[in-house]
Amino acid sequence: MWTWLHKLGSPPRFYRLTGQLLPWFAGLAAVCILAGLYGGLWLAPPDYQQGDSFRIIYVHAPAAWMSMFVYVVMAACSAVALIWRIKVAEMMASASAPIGASFTFLALVTGSLWGKPMWGTWWVWDARLTSELILLFLYLGFMALEAAFEDKRHGARASGILALVGVVNVPIIHYSVVWWNTLHQPATVTKLDAPSIHISMLIPLLLMALGFKAFYATAMLLRARNELLARERNSRWVQEMLTQ
Amino acid sequence: MKTMSEFFHMGGYAFYVWTSYAISAVVLAANVALPLMRRGRLLADLRRRASVRRRA
Repeated sequence: MWTWLHKLGSPPRFYRLTGQLLPWFAGLAAVCILAGLYGGLWLAPPDYQQGDSFRIIYVHAPAAWMSMFVYVVMAACSAVALIWRIKVAEMMASASAPIGASFTFLALVTGSLWGKPMWGTWWVWDARLTSELILLFLYLGFMALEAAFEDKRHGARASGILALVGVVNVPIIHYSVVWWNTLHQPATVTKLDAPSIHISMLIPLLLMALGFKAFYATAMLLRARNELLARERNSRWVQEMLTQ
Repeated sequence: MKTMSEFFHMGGYAFYVWTSYAISAVVLAANVALPLMRRGRLLADLRRRASVRRRA
């Protein structure tokens, strides 16, 4: 296991392996998202309270879950990069930030578009909404801090520490609907007893969630591989690959 | 079975539902298109450098 992980940390090996994995992640993302859209927009019945507006959940909830998931992955990669100085982990953290920021932006915008017809307002300073907005600023801060250094490895160290400190916000987002009883509705799926959602509505939601995960893997690997090629452009394995 | 017009109407919530999906589609597409474009430019640049080096 450890030797396998250590080998994965070598740039040519990482580049080759991720090249083989990419089409699978991309295919899985496409299939799950298309099936989820069909199930969620066409097959699932309208909600008895919210009518058809509830269908926004199929982009809103997966985007919001991914905004936290990507942050945790980014922080974990940053920790690995800070402790073991593994370049590939650094690139995975840096590749995750813009995608995580995209998911956070989507969660906020679709939430707003859902809030307007259901709550009567685009925005409230509710605990869930505010902590999610802070998450967006953490992503943007990570990217800005990383870009502020001439030396990329120094930038990665500084932004990695920011990512680790910011992890404290993730449980705050998750439990915000429990700790502060404000406008945002409590969890539907991620609770310990049975989810309070009908199976015909739940299956498309889970498909979208899986699709978004595979999408993240695809987009993150695309970015990480680009960064790897750019930084290792003078190394032998890149030269050999180009002449083949 | 619902009709196509009911589907697009979304029970009166068409604006909110379809705007959400449109913005999501644009953001997800950009997250794939941008790195693919960068990869194209990067590989073209690397190949050009490699051929210059071979001639030198």
